Amino acid sequence: MSDTPKFTPSRRQFLAGAAVATGAAATGKLVHAQAAGPDPLITELQPWQQYLGDGVDARPYGMPSQYEAHVVRRNVSWLTADSVSSVNFTPLHELDGIITPNGLCFERHHAGIAEIPPGEHRLMINGLVDNPLVFTMEDLMRFPRENRVYFLECAANTGMEWRGAQLNGVQFTHGMIHNVVYTGVPLRLLLEEAGVRGNAAWILPEGADASAMTRSIPLEKAMDDCLVAFKMNGEALRPEQGYPVRLVVPGWEGNMWVKWLRRIEVGDQPWHHREETSKYTDLLEHGSARRFTWEMDAKSVITNPSPQAPITHGPGPTVLTGVAWSGRGTIPRVDVTIDGGITWHQARMSGPSFDKSMHRFYYEFDWDGRPLLLQSRAHDSTGYVQPTKDQLRMVRGENSIYHNNGIQTWAVNENGEAENVEIG
Amino acid sequence: MSKSGNMMKTFTLSTALVVATAGFALAQENPAPSREGGYGLGRTALPEEIAAWDIDIRPDGTGLPVGLGDVYTGEELFVDLCSACHGDFGEAVGRWPQLAGGYGTLESEDPVKTIGSYWPYLSTVWDYVHRAMPYGSAQSLTDDEVYAIVAYLMYVNDMVDDDFELSNENFLEIAMPNEDNFFMDDRAETEYTLFTGEPCMENCRESVEITARATILNVTPEQEAAAAAEAAAAEAAAAAEEAAVVEAAAEEAVAEEAPGPDPALVAQGETLFRQCASCHQIGEGATNRTGPMLNHTYGAPVGVHEGFRYSPAFQAARDSGMVWDDASLTAYLMDPRGFIPGNRMAFRGLRSEEEAAAMIAYLRAAGGDAE
Repeated sequence: MSDTPKFTPSRRQFLAGAAVATGAAATGKLVHAQAAGPDPLITELQPWQQYLGDGVDARPYGMPSQYEAHVVRRNVSWLTADSVSSVNFTPLHELDGIITPNGLCFERHHAGIAEIPPGEHRLMINGLVDNPLVFTMEDLMRFPRENRVYFLECAANTGMEWRGAQLNGVQFTHGMIHNVVYTGVPLRLLLEEAGVRGNAAWILPEGADASAMTRSIPLEKAMDDCLVAFKMNGEALRPEQGYPVRLVVPGWEGNMWVKWLRRIEVGDQPWHHREETSKYTDLLEHGSARRFTWEMDAKSVITNPSPQAPITHGPGPTVLTGVAWSGRGTIPRVDVTIDGGITWHQARMSGPSFDKSMHRFYYEFDWDGRPLLLQSRAHDSTGYVQPTKDQLRMVRGENSIYHNNGIQTWAVNENGEAENVEIG
Repeated sequence: MSKSGNMMKTFTLSTALVVATAGFALAQENPAPSREGGYGLGRTALPEEIAAWDIDIRPDGTGLPVGLGDVYTGEELFVDLCSACHGDFGEAVGRWPQLAGGYGTLESEDPVKTIGSYWPYLSTVWDYVHRAMPYGSAQSLTDDEVYAIVAYLMYVNDMVDDDFELSNENFLEIAMPNEDNFFMDDRAETEYTLFTGEPCMENCRESVEITARATILNVTPEQEAAAAAEAAAAEAAAAAEEAAVVEAAAEEAVAEEAPGPDPALVAQGETLFRQCASCHQIGEGATNRTGPMLNHTYGAPVGVHEGFRYSPAFQAARDSGMVWDDASLTAYLMDPRGFIPGNRMAFRGLRSEEEAAAMIAYLRAAGGDAE
């Protein structure tokens, strides 16, 4: 029996009867408790009950269960010219809580993954400073550190959906986001160490990879909450996330969080580099474009049910869940509708609520087996309410790529299968 | 900016957060302490070090080096080094970025954002070409070559005539056509008021209908990915079995004395191959990309990989009977444009015969010899 995930309801469909249950040995499929007779999984001795498993030396770096092998980042190959300058997507429909495991954090790089020996990494601060400095990783580890949880969302997340429902899965529509606890040195301390001059107003962080990524960031933000981070979720940054050190720019678009951070220049004007002119500017309907749209607006999405995670248990108690976040604060409230917005319900928030971090919400209901139109609507701590896609299009037109934070709709049919749709 | 000022600011911010978000904010925001006079960590950056890394250019010309380059020189460089992805005239190959044209399209349903139609500053082009191009061989261009390529990009965007020469002297005289169409983020004024306030919770609409469906487009890679995962799993299982067989065979082979490639040389070649990997694939599953796939190259005639559209120069080399052996591969890898003039490979060449030997060892080990 194949163990390969198929994104159809059969994947987790209830396998009724004792005969099927014995035949389904060693599958990861979840089944619905229903006794047609004594369950051989209970009445018969199973191998794991009898034989010894791996010892402590077998898995020095622990990996997920073999039955979770389908939980991986995925690429949409037609989006980009080549996988070395591309993006893959976090499988949001397989995750819960608020923290994204390191191996599932989406990747976006512009010249592949730089592999830098930490002993050979240098971070330079130059420009409008009293004393231009070079730090080694060891130097950085001697500054006081902070631990903070932040979401990182690519400004292009949901960017394929501006003109209508396109990709049929929350991983692809909303998976350019992750939420991680970072350990790092406040950028403020490094800038103070170099002595920022009076006319300084901007910084230019730069990456050590072959794209030498640069972005202009106002000094005010740099001195406020940016971190120079070397740990994610307690362990060293993954190579694809900028090992050995990256910039953390809380609440602002992911492109600014320069990975493999090698240099920070201090200046009195922005640099208007490629990633803040040709890219990451927002072309509006009348042909003009917004620049420096750094903050990520409040947004939410239902992760389950969704096209990759259909309802497989039939009518009855059903858990709807999703995530919400805002680049301007916390998410005190999320509303959910299951009838396409005729009636809304306040979802139940669960888990820690941190500033500029992902939040988890739930809405439990008894599904009557009829089709559903699911939506969620985030409210952030500034009072901003997540708009519909149509509201965004009214202001911006359809030529934007970035900053699509419109409300997502999933249509669920009688079989529990879900589809990405738009409603009117 | 004074240090006491910074400390004050930090203090105010964290206080505000405590008020706004109560308990959790306290746990998260316990700011690392500033120290008067700094921590004394790091060392002064030397002028040579700053010069090596500080390569950024600004619209006001800050950072721009002395130099010049003309359209004609730029065209030669562009066709050699850039056209494999961007096309001879910046029209783009496949999904690589289009660099020219697109005028008058920004208000249309299909805006084409090129250097000419969209980019607000010429300095951005100079900075980016210099810092990140050619793709896979970043920072290999001289300053004059960058000036020449930028001049050619201006020419293909109808900004200058073919006798134009760009230099640090005339650089600031150039204004880009779309510069005035950018404005600062105004969401706070134009959107936030629209998107606030208590929304409707009950009887918010009379009816709902579906107006668009993703499944109609059928562009989601789900099934493909699932099939690929299945294939990969089967392959892994097969490979594991095969490995056991190969291992056994290898042991026998060793007994019979079979001098394999020097592993150190192959490893060196693998590292060198990173420069090639943006265009070429090798090994199992390799396919033609910007350049041909490279399996079974050693010992084969030049230019015979199926399905790859070779340049006329390569076709001529093939017709002349050239075969890839140690001598021809070494000569080609060290000077691609000199050895087969007019070919399209955007690579300047390896630096030594030793590197060429390593690359050949890797090509043979990873891709096998001609069949």
